[in-house]
Amino acid sequence: MSILMKRRAVLLGSGALMLGACSKIQQSDAGRGLFESVDDWHKGLQRFVRARDALAREYAPEDISPFFRGNGSTDPQNDGYPQHAANGFADWRFTVTGLVERPLSLSLDQIMRLPQRTQITRHDCVEGWSAIGQWTGPQLSTFLDLARVRDSANYIVFRCADDYTQGRYYESIDMIDALHPQTIIAHRLNGEPLPIRNGAPLRARVERQLGYKHAKYLTGVEAVASLDDIGLGKGGYWEDYGGYQWYAGM
Amino acid sequence: MTGDRERNRHAAPTRIWHWINLIAIVVLFMSGLNISNAHPYLYWGEWGFAPEQAWLEVPRFPGWMTIPGFYSLAKARDWHLLMAFPFAFGLLGMWIAMLWNGHFGRDLMTGKREWRWQAIRKDIFQHLRFDFSHGESKYNFLQKLAYGLVLGVLLPGMVLTGMAISPGMDAAFPWLLDIFGGRQSARSIHFLFAWGLFGFFVIHVALVLLTGPIGHLRSMTLGGDHQPANPPFAKTDTGDPA
Ligand code: HEM
Ligand code: HEM
Repeated sequence: MSILMKRRAVLLGSGALMLGACSKIQQSDAGRGLFESVDDWHKGLQRFVRARDALAREYAPEDISPFFRGNGSTDPQNDGYPQHAANGFADWRFTVTGLVERPLSLSLDQIMRLPQRTQITRHDCVEGWSAIGQWTGPQLSTFLDLARVRDSANYIVFRCADDYTQGRYYESIDMIDALHPQTIIAHRLNGEPLPIRNGAPLRARVERQLGYKHAKYLTGVEAVASLDDIGLGKGGYWEDYGGYQWYAGM
Repeated sequence: MTGDRERNRHAAPTRIWHWINLIAIVVLFMSGLNISNAHPYLYWGEWGFAPEQAWLEVPRFPGWMTIPGFYSLAKARDWHLLMAFPFAFGLLGMWIAMLWNGHFGRDLMTGKREWRWQAIRKDIFQHLRFDFSHGESKYNFLQKLAYGLVLGVLLPGMVLTGMAISPGMDAAFPWLLDIFGGRQSARSIHFLFAWGLFGFFVIHVALVLLTGPIGHLRSMTLGGDHQPANPPFAKTDTGDPA
């Protein structure tokens, strides 16, 4: 076999090997490390080309989609949620805890009396679909200011009321997204109280990331220095149990 | 003649880019088909979430066509988002190199004369007879057209539509949504261009195999003479001096 034939054989062989190797790479330690840093690279690149407070596009009322699809949990049945739903969430509390000087526990009435932001934005699901809706609620930064979040806080963890097969849903974002003007704790969709399928009574909006970051059925937020001790340590339910990226801007 | 051959060598950046791009694009395409299985409906405009709004219901792609070889949106996204980097930065590097070293202007840009119908027809007939010789210049008109479309439209189109699908990039560059007419339009174009690239891939590899694959692969890997060898059944009786 000439050296050229060998070269060609090597090329073709490596093509076939590559496909077989994909699953091996993904299971190896080095492969896992690589994949775990990929979302970091995307985060770094996006933040490099984007102003810190650059806004996601806001749409006109006529752009609102005729229906806002619910996904994931759409009707939680655990731990008294149905009872809360039955009495209109009158006793619902939203807490602000963790690395704050003044922990808070607020009723929905108190939340509605805070300054509100209304925004018409597009929701992009990791599966591929999009819907447009109008959201109203206080900015997350308003809560963090009221509670006087400490400088040592690096992440905000969203605490939720809905159970999945592996346990309670949770999500987290870092302070850049937590303090972003469009990051709100929404209690209204298209001018109506939030429907159960979309996260009643409160849900997060994190407009520059995919849908699974927008935690629903919120019972509170917790300021933490590190995500290591939260859940399995990857920063969210789908990150822990589904292998999804923590940074979901792409 | 030696001068021509020297001039027609594939430059190092072309060779390096070509093989990095091949690996990246195969993984991107196959992991993309896995992603498509997550929500196999395509829409126009900004939004769309249900079959009745879709312009296309995409068939489910079997495991042997996808990376990984079973349905996993999370793992497919790992591969897709990883390979987006060598793909996009490789393409950027290739464009800088070929504008810099003159490859684009010399070998890929078409001249006015080449757009005459007479000349194009001659080229097409020559191709249909499996005669791929093309004299002095490195590529013939149809090659320039195909490579130009791939390097200038389809590949950059994949990068731009891929960015337009990403909510974090849309906040940085809202014009991405305007040039494609919305996020779901960008997603549809991403899908269509991916299949356009697949079409190019099939024809491209077939023509390489027909015209002396070993010499081609050597020149695309090591440099050196790149002239195509016509297959034995080619008819070259046109009196063409080449
Ligand atoms: C910089 C380059 C690229 C980026 C940033 C990118 C990004 C993405 C993203 C974010 C998705 C998910 C879309 C969704 O949510 O449904 C996607 C899907 C997909 N990509 Fe790419 N991509 C890139 C290049 C490519 C290339 C080169 C190919 C193929 C040749 C490709 C083929 C696909 C396919 C077939 C899908 C599935 C489309 C769907 O049904 O949603 N991508 N890509
Ligand atoms: C097994 C797969 C492939 C093989 C064996 C192959 C082989 C080759 C060869 C031998 C050439 C040189 C042609 C000549 O000198 O006449 C070439 C050029 C080229 N190929 Fe491929 N190729 C493959 C896949 C691809 C893919 C996937 C793409 C992009 C989608 C691609 C894009 C190009 C381009 C743009 C050129 C022109 C390069 C230039 O001179 O600027 N190829 N390929």
